[in-house]
Amino acid sequence: MNTKVQLENMNVHFGANHAVKSVNLDFPANSVTAIIGPSGCGKSTLLRAVNRMHDLVPTARVSGRILLDGTDVYARGVDPVAIRRKIGMVFQKPNPFPAMSIHDNVVAGYKLNNSLKRGEAEEIVETSLRRVALWDEVKDRLKSSAMDLSGGQQQRLCIARTVAVQPEVILMDEPCSALDPIATLKIEELVEELKERYTIIIVTHNMQQAARVSDATAFMYMGEMVESGPTKKIFTTPEMKQTEDYITGRFG
Amino acid sequence: MKSLSLRHLKNFAVTTLMVLATLAVLAPLGLIFLHILKMGFSSLSLDFFTQIPKPTGESGGGMANGLFGSGMLIMMASVIGLPVGVLGAVYLTEFGGGKLATAIRFSADVLAGVPSIITGMVAYSLLVVPMKGFSALAGSVALSLIMIPIVLRTTEEQLKMVPGTLREASLALGVPLWRTCLKVMLPSAAKGVVTGILLAIARIAGETAPLLFTALGNQFWSRKLTEPIAALPLQIFSFAIAPYEDWHKLAWAGALVLVMIMFTLNLGARFLGRQKRYS
Repeated sequence: MNTKVQLENMNVHFGANHAVKSVNLDFPANSVTAIIGPSGCGKSTLLRAVNRMHDLVPTARVSGRILLDGTDVYARGVDPVAIRRKIGMVFQKPNPFPAMSIHDNVVAGYKLNNSLKRGEAEEIVETSLRRVALWDEVKDRLKSSAMDLSGGQQQRLCIARTVAVQPEVILMDEPCSALDPIATLKIEELVEELKERYTIIIVTHNMQQAARVSDATAFMYMGEMVESGPTKKIFTTPEMKQTEDYITGRFG
Repeated sequence: MKSLSLRHLKNFAVTTLMVLATLAVLAPLGLIFLHILKMGFSSLSLDFFTQIPKPTGESGGGMANGLFGSGMLIMMASVIGLPVGVLGAVYLTEFGGGKLATAIRFSADVLAGVPSIITGMVAYSLLVVPMKGFSALAGSVALSLIMIPIVLRTTEEQLKMVPGTLREASLALGVPLWRTCLKVMLPSAAKGVVTGILLAIARIAGETAPLLFTALGNQFWSRKLTEPIAALPLQIFSFAIAPYEDWHKLAWAGALVLVMIMFTLNLGARFLGRQKRYS
């Protein structure tokens, strides 16, 4: 399998705090990679470094290389905005734009950039909503506010919004942590389908979820990448003692 | 039992004090309002809104030119002051950090506290002296200087209340930060921002001191930016100190109109401020 995203000796500092330490990791294309680890281990920090969301934090410093199709996303002259169009992101709490309708939320990426062509919207909205299995639930009320949807629907809307701008990679930062089990199940099924088109990196503190949805799993602890490999192997025959302790619930 | 009744007594005394204090706060507003209504209402007529002041000795006339002038001054002050205040606030919340932002905040706070007559003097020396004459432009600049810090600080407060998750959502879609600020952050804070703007307008609508030696006032119609222009507060001032009974009446009518404008603006601001906001 091709490597889509590659971390080479990647470090993230917040001021004096060394949050992610010399991580090397490959994310194969069209697969789901889960990053697990206890709270504060740096997994979200790592994820946010990939689409340069740390650029807005003045104290944050990312070093090493993060390669997207072999190109360093932090190289001089690379526009973070262009990177974020290729690497979409879904957040912990569903965050649809409250002032926009369901319809407008889906095409928000185009609308906010003034790049929506005439007559294009309807098709984008339908395709994107179908792709996240939300179309049938909302097709009769596309004009109503996104805030009228349930939490799970809102999260799927956020995924639709991300999918609509045709990214290559989708980062998911604990996308189900604010959702009930049924909504969680729907998102997990969705992740399974989405990997046909996108490369997915999902951060989760829910080990069962990692086991269910991912092809590969990486375990982080205290900012370091302890172990990574095929999900089955990590959960059945981990090589490191720390990994075993964590997945058997002895700490964390 | 004795101690209990003492406690009741203390309670009664303190409650009474608080009610009196509340009345002391409310009373001046009520008195001002009633007095101005009493004095001004009888002189209020259609002429007030359509006529310009009559020459000394003739009765009648109105303050149409003052109303128009005030409107024009406020509009131009807004054209200058609103972009600076609102965009400055966007800079402070989204781009600013460190010493420069602290310096901007501090100077805005100081500027807001500068007596308005000083603001007028600044506009006088910057515009009136070089242009060799009083002008509507100088008046607008003076008013905009008063407006900027108010708009800047209220807008900044409102922008801070917009959840950061919206900013992230927009950025993650590949929307540049400046577009995110203008199309996501500002609209989300719009109601609060408009409230702040209305309060700033209410504030400058009644300013007299900074206009004294900038816009100067005008007995006649004037639409030119480079010439002295009439303004309602200035007209009230000059009519009130004139030795004619007729003019005093007009001044009272002007005061009533001015108070009504303030009242409406504040009410509008309250109404907007009370509306539900997105969380």
